[in-house]
Amino acid sequence: MSTADFAAFSDNAVMFASLVYILAFLSHLTEWVLLRSLPVPEQGALARASVPVGASSGPSELSEGQPGETDARVRAPDTSQEQELRVERFGRIGVALTVVGCALHLAALVTRGLGSDPIRVPWGNMYEFTLAGTFGVSVMYLALMKRHHLRWMGALVTGFLVVVLMLDVLVLYQDAGPLVPALHSYWLAVHVLAAVIASGAFSVGALALVLFLAKDRAERRGTLRPRGYLSRLPEAVALERVAYRLNAFGFPIWTFAALVAGPIWAEYAWGSYWNWDPKEVWAFITWVIYAAYLHARATAGWRGKAASVIALVAFASLLFNFVGINYFFGGGSLHSYAR
Amino acid sequence: MTPPPPGTTDVASAETEAGGSASTPPTPPSAPPALSPVELSRWAWRQLTSMRTALVLLFLLALAAVPGSVVPQQNIDAAKVLAWQRAHPSLTPVYERLGLFSVYGSPWFSAIYILLMVSLVGCVVPRLRIYWRAARARPPAVPRRLSRLPEFRTFEVEDGPAAALARAEAVLRRRRYRVVVRPAADGGAVSAEKGYLREAGNLLFHLSVLVVLVGFAYGQLFGYKGGVITIVGQDFSNTLSQYDDFAPGRLFSPDDLDPLSFTVDDFRVSWLTSGPEMGQPESFDANITYRTTPDAPARHHDLAVNHPLSAGSTDVFLVGHGYAPVVTVRGGDGKVAYQGPVVFLPEDSSFMSAGVIKVPDAAPQQLAFQGFFLPTYGFTMSRGPFSQFPDALDPVLSLVPYHGNLGLDSGQPQSVYALDTSHLSTYPNADPRLGPSKRVKLSLGQTVALPRGQGSIRFDGVQRWVKLQVSHTPGKEVALAGVLLGILGLMGSLFIRPRRAWVRVSRAPSAPEGPRRTVMELGGLDRSSGGDLAEEVDELERLLKTARTTDGPADVPDVPADPEKEHA
Repeated sequence: MSTADFAAFSDNAVMFASLVYILAFLSHLTEWVLLRSLPVPEQGALARASVPVGASSGPSELSEGQPGETDARVRAPDTSQEQELRVERFGRIGVALTVVGCALHLAALVTRGLGSDPIRVPWGNMYEFTLAGTFGVSVMYLALMKRHHLRWMGALVTGFLVVVLMLDVLVLYQDAGPLVPALHSYWLAVHVLAAVIASGAFSVGALALVLFLAKDRAERRGTLRPRGYLSRLPEAVALERVAYRLNAFGFPIWTFAALVAGPIWAEYAWGSYWNWDPKEVWAFITWVIYAAYLHARATAGWRGKAASVIALVAFASLLFNFVGINYFFGGGSLHSYAR
Repeated sequence: MTPPPPGTTDVASAETEAGGSASTPPTPPSAPPALSPVELSRWAWRQLTSMRTALVLLFLLALAAVPGSVVPQQNIDAAKVLAWQRAHPSLTPVYERLGLFSVYGSPWFSAIYILLMVSLVGCVVPRLRIYWRAARARPPAVPRRLSRLPEFRTFEVEDGPAAALARAEAVLRRRRYRVVVRPAADGGAVSAEKGYLREAGNLLFHLSVLVVLVGFAYGQLFGYKGGVITIVGQDFSNTLSQYDDFAPGRLFSPDDLDPLSFTVDDFRVSWLTSGPEMGQPESFDANITYRTTPDAPARHHDLAVNHPLSAGSTDVFLVGHGYAPVVTVRGGDGKVAYQGPVVFLPEDSSFMSAGVIKVPDAAPQQLAFQGFFLPTYGFTMSRGPFSQFPDALDPVLSLVPYHGNLGLDSGQPQSVYALDTSHLSTYPNADPRLGPSKRVKLSLGQTVALPRGQGSIRFDGVQRWVKLQVSHTPGKEVALAGVLLGILGLMGSLFIRPRRAWVRVSRAPSAPEGPRRTVMELGGLDRSSGGDLAEEVDELERLLKTARTTDGPADVPDVPADPEKEHA
């Protein structure tokens, strides 16, 4: 295939990945809609007895936080057996489709790199960062799903991926092309890859925290509806713990991306390792707020809701740094080639 | 285990310096603040070093960093600050008083991070002491009621209490616990603890923040950063007078400049000539010949973006490039008043460049030209002259000539890129519809005579210049080491799980006809609020049970399930 063929293939792959993510999203939605016709088991009572789907062996580390649908299967009367199977099937289809979408997503990234002349890493402008960042979210979700039983996040994650990929194609699209000289460095691979991985972990963590806050609020107010989505989620404590682990995983990587790889590259490219460039400032701000989150979570009285809100503020500043800097500061930032 | 990181004593002395309240041992349990100064300062110190204050300070730091990304900063882009100030004359004095043009050096920004550092030191130093003791302490004795712990298992094994105790010790040691065995009559207990490095990582992380800050501050104080525009073919030697702009650290002295000198031999740039990114530079680099001292042998270096020259402690970076048209200007008397290249500064990605040619030696009247250099000339009625492409394919100078007094003798320093037109006048245009001032257009090799026989200008050729940044940043290795240590500490503090485990071994209530039975109780505690304690305790239980096969016969059927076993 020629360079142009690769670039065209990449564009198609993005489209098909989005379509498959949409199907996965619909499948997860169907799963949840069908679940509404099944009674919700009492939380906790059955948690230990049920074996989570997808967890092949060993006891669950989040034993009190397993997906509601498996609980339902154990307790529900025989008449709804068929219904349970259908729920289960749609859940599995959703996951399988997400895997397919993720593979297409990867193909889109690889061919994007091959579709540029000369061949390069596929993250040289905003369109490609977003493509790589959403791929990071997808991979992070799939990689951690088994260990942390994240299938309940399926609809949310696939929905997020679809929206962001669509915006990426509609608003940020750029033809594949060579890099500006400032990006001719292997630090491009290191720096951006680390930022993408960290952003992926932070994104999935933030999605989990949004659900935690909703569930926590409903639990405390006693407004948890027996057939609602929230009542099917893992317990609030487990949601919060998954989110914490994701954020704790992302934080050292973010530190590396923003405070090691970035400055080293800046030293080579711009002659100074810290330039107080808007992108640097906001990466630092994001780092400081995530640090505050980790401190708050370790402090009595801040754990739970307050710490979660801090983490969401940090995520907002991450998003602003990703998109806002390039739009509002434009050429005022040394990172402006990342249109 | 691990000793606390080096530098402990420094930090401890920093505490007394920074704290102000000289005596700051961990104060006894809090009492309402008394009015006595000592009590008050203790109370203030406790407040400052509390986690809540640290959180508030972290937020303030994040918040305080924001304006620096919105308002142009003096030490980053002085030209942009000037432009901003011209555009906002009423806000400027207010912003100036608030220090918004140099946020990161302003007193309020410094106050926040200094307070944060004091708070950090005040928090970490007492913990160092506690950790020093805890790291050498023996694992604590077995709690009376192990069943109260978050994870608890009890089961029976078939060998004697002494053997079971020895096995428990071996299993825990193999799992890298620190173990203390406390035998008793007919059994005994094992206390075990692991994950001591978590707190060490935590402390290391916080101390490395200080290391980074020291490295950063050292570079800011003793380093310098200078920019110089050098026309290809010209020399540079590292003295203050050679720089176009120079930003020294506060404690920098001109003697710190390395005796570096170099010549820019040539410069190459290539542009994309097709595709959607047409006109984007593909690559640019400059060959330079340099000497680290005047007597040192000359060496070559290919200078490019991402490929700086490191000569001793001085680094040279290629940060920009542009055009310097070569002109010959004659005065009204016909003599050559100026000949040579003049640096024009690029204004956009098409390299339309603005510049000023000052000719003080022209006689009888001084001359000047102000206008644009267009590397690839283009013209439309709506846009006027513009550059179609950044490469010098069809270079044109479009200049407005001035005559009169340049004002160079007034003693006031002038920028070479700006013209003081207060004593200069233009030539009127023959066709007033084209504007009030006459403008001349020069293609390569062309000569244009000025009206009234006041002189002429000839466009001889085009040279290129490179913008080089010369900098010396001491302490950057310290800062880098600090960040790397910080990440190491961070990973320790986030991913190491401190755990305690206890095993109590006792003889089972006598079952006269059966084999000898021993009851083992296993309790676990996670001291970090991590989630997977059950997994670890399950594993311990499995090991404690299975290790039995090596010690004795296992042909006896299993004991009846005990209610607690349902946890497994």
